[in-house]
Amino acid sequence: MTDADIARFLYREARLLDERRWDEWFALFSEDGLYWVPLARGQTDRETHTSLACEDRLLLRLRIERLKRGPPSQQPPSFCQHVLQVPEIAATPDGWRTHMPFCYAEVRGDAMLWLIGTAEHDLVRVDDAPRIRLKRINLLNCDAALPSIQLFI
Amino acid sequence: MGHYHDNPAAIRALLRSDAVHRDVYLDPEIFALEMQRLWARTWIYVGHASQVPNIGDYYATTLGAEPVVMVRQEDGRVRVLRNRCAHKGAKLVNTPAGNLGRFFRCPYHAWSYHLDGSIAAIPKRDGYTHTRFNETKAAAGMAAVHTAGHRGFIFARLSDDGPTFDGYFGAALSSIDYMVDRSPVGKLQVAGGVLRYLHDSNWKMFVENLNDTMHPMAAHASSAGTAKQLWAGKPADAPKPMAIEQLVPFAESYDFFEKMGVRVLPNGHSWTGVNFSIHSSYAAVPEYEQAMIAAYGEERAKDILGTVRHNTVYYPSLTVKGAIQTIRVVRPLAPDRTLIESFSFRPVGAPDVFLRRNVTYNRLINSPLSVVGHDDQHCYRLMQEGLAACGNEWVSLHRDFHEDELGQRDQTVGGTSEIAMRNQFRAWSMFMTQGAEKERR
Repeated sequence: MTDADIARFLYREARLLDERRWDEWFALFSEDGLYWVPLARGQTDRETHTSLACEDRLLLRLRIERLKRGPPSQQPPSFCQHVLQVPEIAATPDGWRTHMPFCYAEVRGDAMLWLIGTAEHDLVRVDDAPRIRLKRINLLNCDAALPSIQLFI
Repeated sequence: MGHYHDNPAAIRALLRSDAVHRDVYLDPEIFALEMQRLWARTWIYVGHASQVPNIGDYYATTLGAEPVVMVRQEDGRVRVLRNRCAHKGAKLVNTPAGNLGRFFRCPYHAWSYHLDGSIAAIPKRDGYTHTRFNETKAAAGMAAVHTAGHRGFIFARLSDDGPTFDGYFGAALSSIDYMVDRSPVGKLQVAGGVLRYLHDSNWKMFVENLNDTMHPMAAHASSAGTAKQLWAGKPADAPKPMAIEQLVPFAESYDFFEKMGVRVLPNGHSWTGVNFSIHSSYAAVPEYEQAMIAAYGEERAKDILGTVRHNTVYYPSLTVKGAIQTIRVVRPLAPDRTLIESFSFRPVGAPDVFLRRNVTYNRLINSPLSVVGHDDQHCYRLMQEGLAACGNEWVSLHRDFHEDELGQRDQTVGGTSEIAMRNQFRAWSMFMTQGAEKERR
C-alpha cells in the first residue's frame, strides 16, 4: 500500500462520518480499536486521567446504536463536516501512523459548533487493508468549557 | 431597578407550596438578584484542599458573579480572596491553578500582595502619603471572603451576612464524610482532570435534575437502555466492563427509584439514594474491604461501604456522589447559561481500580461528549425555550406533595417525590427575600 492509499483511507473514514454511515465507519476499526479524545494536551494516561471520550468497540457500538434510535438530543439531528489537511504518514512495524490537522463543524438546527485539531491514527494492516487501532483526536481547545458534541469527530 | 429588586412580596409570590413561576428560570433581574443574595449569602463550593497542597499554591474560580482565588497560606491554612487588584481592579491571577511563590503581583503596575491578601509593596509608595488611600478598603489589599471547610472541601460565603457554615449544611455534611471515609486513611485527592460542560440553560434546572428520579428511565433510555441491550445475552459470569456496570442501572424501574428514597434538610440540601442507589451493585474488591475493616472496624466499615447515596445536593453550588467520588460544581453564567465542572477523586490508600472507576464514571456521564449528558442537557434546553409559552406560567412540582411537609425540617420520603425541588425553592425564596429586607434597612 502506498501513502496515497493510506491518505485515501483517511479521507474515506471522515466521509463516512459526514454521511452518517456509522456501521461502515465502525467496520474500519480493528478488534482492539479505540476512539480517543483526550482532555489534556499531551495526555498519555487514559486509565487514571479522564478524557472527553475514550471508546472501545463496545462503547462505539453503544454510541452508534443510540444515534440510530433517534434519542431526545437528536431531535433535530446533528450533521457534521470534516475539512482535512493532507496527512503526514510514517511507517510503523505493523502499519502506519498518521498526523492530520482538521476542521470539524457540527450543526444542529440553527446552531453550529466549530472544532479544530489534529487527528492521529495508528493504523494496523489486517488482511492487507488498513484498520484503525487508535484514532486520537487532539482538540485545540480540549480543556475549554465545551457544549454538547454529539457526533464523531 | 426592576420589578423584583425592592419587592420581596413579588419574589415570594413566585413560589407556591407546589409550583414555581417561570420567571425564576427566565428573568435576567431574578438571575442578578440570585447572584447578589442567594449566591452571596450562602456557602458556595470553591475547591478541594488537595488542589493547593503547597504554600503559595492557588486555584482560581468564580463564585456567583465574582472572581476569587483559593490560596494556601504560609501557616498552612487555606484562604479565599477576591481576585482583584486593590488598585484598578485587574484580576491578579488569570490561570486556573499554579504557584505564586510568596506573593501575588499585578502585571499592570506591579502592586504586590502577601498570600493573605495584604499589600506587600506598591512602587513609589510615597505618592500615596498625602492622599486618603490609607482610609479606603484598598489599603487592606485583596479582600478575603469568609472561608470554611469540611474534610478538605472548601466553601466560601461572599457576604458578611448569612448563616454559619455548620448551621447552613447541618446533617448534609454526612455525605462528604461517607465519601471521604471510603478512603481507608480518610483522605481524598482531586485526580483525573476536570470536565467542563457548558449548558445553555438555567443553573437550577441542573441542580433540580440531580434529585429528579423520574427522568432516567425516560431521558436515558437511549443510552442506558441501549447499553442493557448490548450486554443482554452475555453469560452471567462474563467479566462486566465498567461502562456496562455504570450505565445500565440508569435504566432501572420507577419502583427502584421510588424505593431508593429521598431525604431533605433545611436550606435546600437533600440526597436521593437513602437506602441504596444505582451505584450499589459495582463489583466488590475483597482486598479493599479487608483494608477498610482493618482501618475502621467491621461495623463502621460496613456502614461506610453500605451507604451508597445517589446524589447529594449542597445547595446551590455542589452535588456529590460519595459512592463513586465525583462531584459536580455549578457555575451560573447567565439566566440561560451554566458551566458544570466535574471533578473526580482518588481515595488515598485504596487500590487504583477506584480512581479508574471514578474517572470512567466522570467521562461517561459528565463529559460534553457524554451520551447520558446530551439527553439531560437537551431536556433542560427544551424547558428553557418551552417556558416562553404563555397561558400557564407555572412549573408543576406537585408530585407527592402533602401539606404536612411544610414546616418540617428533616424528612425522608419515597424517592420519586418532587420534594427535593420544593425544598430547594423554599430555601431559594428565603434567601432571595431576606436579602431584600436587609438591603432596605
